[in-house]
Amino acid sequence: MKFTTLMASAALALGLAGGAYADGHEKTKVGFVYVGPVGDGGWTYEHDQGRLAVEEEFGDAVETVFVENVAEGPDSERVMTQMALDGADLIFTTSFGYMDPTNNVAAKFPDVKFEHATGYKRLHPNVSTYSARFYEGRAIQGHIAGKMTKTNTIGYIGSFPIPEVIRGINSAYIHAKKVNPDVEFKIIWVYTWFDPAKEADAAKTLIDQGADVVLQHTDSTAPQAAAQEAGGVVTFGQASDMGQYAPFPRVSSIIDDWAPYYIARTRAVMDGTWESKDTWDGIGAGMVGIGEISDAVPAEVREEALAMKAALADGSYHAFTGPLNKQDGSPFLADGETADDGTLAGMNFYVEGIEGDIPQ
Amino acid sequence: MIRIEARPQPSAVMAYATPVLAVVLTMIFGGILFAVLGKDPLQAIATIFWEPIFGEFAFFYRPQLLIKGAPLVLIAIGLALGFRAGIWNIGAEGQYIVGAICGAGAGLAFFPTESVLIFPFMVLAGALGGWAWAMIPAVLKVKFGTNEILVSLMLVYVAEQLLASMSLGLLKNPEGFGFPGSRNLQQYPSAHNAEIIAGTGMHWGVVAALIAVIFAYVLLTRHRLGFAIRVTGEAPRAAKFGGVNPGRLVLFCLGMSGLLAGLAGMFEVAGPSGQISIDFNVGYGFTAIIVAFLGRLNPLGIVAAGLLMALTYIGGDIAQSQLGLPAAAIQVFQGMLLFFLLALDVLTNYRVRVGRAEVA
Repeated sequence: MKFTTLMASAALALGLAGGAYADGHEKTKVGFVYVGPVGDGGWTYEHDQGRLAVEEEFGDAVETVFVENVAEGPDSERVMTQMALDGADLIFTTSFGYMDPTNNVAAKFPDVKFEHATGYKRLHPNVSTYSARFYEGRAIQGHIAGKMTKTNTIGYIGSFPIPEVIRGINSAYIHAKKVNPDVEFKIIWVYTWFDPAKEADAAKTLIDQGADVVLQHTDSTAPQAAAQEAGGVVTFGQASDMGQYAPFPRVSSIIDDWAPYYIARTRAVMDGTWESKDTWDGIGAGMVGIGEISDAVPAEVREEALAMKAALADGSYHAFTGPLNKQDGSPFLADGETADDGTLAGMNFYVEGIEGDIPQ
Repeated sequence: MIRIEARPQPSAVMAYATPVLAVVLTMIFGGILFAVLGKDPLQAIATIFWEPIFGEFAFFYRPQLLIKGAPLVLIAIGLALGFRAGIWNIGAEGQYIVGAICGAGAGLAFFPTESVLIFPFMVLAGALGGWAWAMIPAVLKVKFGTNEILVSLMLVYVAEQLLASMSLGLLKNPEGFGFPGSRNLQQYPSAHNAEIIAGTGMHWGVVAALIAVIFAYVLLTRHRLGFAIRVTGEAPRAAKFGGVNPGRLVLFCLGMSGLLAGLAGMFEVAGPSGQISIDFNVGYGFTAIIVAFLGRLNPLGIVAAGLLMALTYIGGDIAQSQLGLPAAAIQVFQGMLLFFLLALDVLTNYRVRVGRAEVA
């Protein structure tokens, strides 16, 4: 017997394949697969906040389960299968590396809905993808950073040279440059999402090179601590608010807020209105939050930043608006033109003015 | 005053009983840990050890035991050969990574050509890659007397950087929209290490692990080289007088463990995992060290130990999801296993004396 039929017949025999309620289990069961520990204070922590929000919203009508520290690859595939076998109706898989495993498992359980974060593959009608337009937050960061820097040098801790991160660097640079034409970016790649020691080293190196603003695309608070120690260096919280470093060095933050999306999708499963789609929401939909801009930022700069936030939220302003050239001088966007989602999703070039090469 | 002194004649029975005792003690103290965390200890232990083998969905978990256990056994067999001779290869994780890169690279070089020759070529490339990576510490030790523990361990971090570079550059999927990670070998039939019988978990890596076990068993019990390995570990001076060439033994043991680790990586990337990605390695090379010792450096013991470790991983994930146990508690549980094993080993070989030391 083929594995899929084995699965399907087993599921049928146990009455799991009949949708959310056909087998009589009253609660909608929602599973979450996490790549890190729920206490990481960043990426996974915020996903778990979303899970708790689902529990709060629906109370006894839902049951949530999660497994943390799940390695990408076969381990994640096993954990997803296990959740589906245990009767999950909806499973959120919250790391890019879960993309192929999510689609593999979705093929075996056509009645279970799968939601994969930050990926692009929806090979089956029961797979959706979702991500957040973090680059909108980066635009606001860039604006504040450009205004705050005195040395005109902004340090940037990059995790991996992938479109997501490159988009953030470009967005921050464009808006820093707009308010401060002399600004210069120094970028260090640490090849990790979460490694306090490496992040601290990178922050110190950037500060030694004259950076008085350090932006990070990594999840620990180590750069904040390094900035505090050095004194006079501005930072921004990443993924989580990192409010313990406010009002200075942390002057604002980009917060991932998955709660509205998780609640909406859980409700869709309950109502039977769930369908496969790709969601890429930003500040407007509340998926990207901007942490409180502290008093360390001059009032007028804060006003400008909040105005930009409002414009990004209502769609009257796009973070990638021409005229813009690519790093090699070739045209990217004409005057007034905005970047389309396809270009943004696969962004693999720096905009004009950023020095250095994207590592290959 | 408490002293420990060597037992003149360690009990032979105890040497074989300690792994079993260690498992029992782990269950008892793990149960206490789970009880302190507010979970039913019996249910937790049953979920970890019983559920995957005899539970409702055992038809799914039993094959998973093979998938999770095969790389552990394959690597541990190689490590055990060296450990027996007092040659400490701690860098199997690096050899595993390089084997996977070489294996996947050899396959992807021919994409999309289909041929029955591609898979054997990949096996060869994976084995060679792991072997070559292990030859670095081996040659350095033989030529310059460097410490193979340090060199092999440090090369793990080099291999991880190489893996990141490959995922972002040379082996990146050209159709992946700029995201890191290679093409998925599961979708390339000639290169796919598929299950030999669907639904059994039996892929070529499992077959290779079984062959390695038989090979190691015969080598150690019937072959002159196996005798040289054992004598070198137990009485190095006697081995030297007996004409064993220590340099050649270092080259053989490190080379063989690297080769097997490389094979494990190659079978993993071509099968269960499917692609080279930044986070491809999940610590099999380090866990295999535990497996080797838990199995008493004996090929048959290693098979049992590998399956047991696989069981705690799979059962641990089930316990996380069904009972809400934190991942850290599962890791403590696995750590206890090694701790009790080592503690019991000490008590087997030494005895504790309370009282004043006699004046000699």
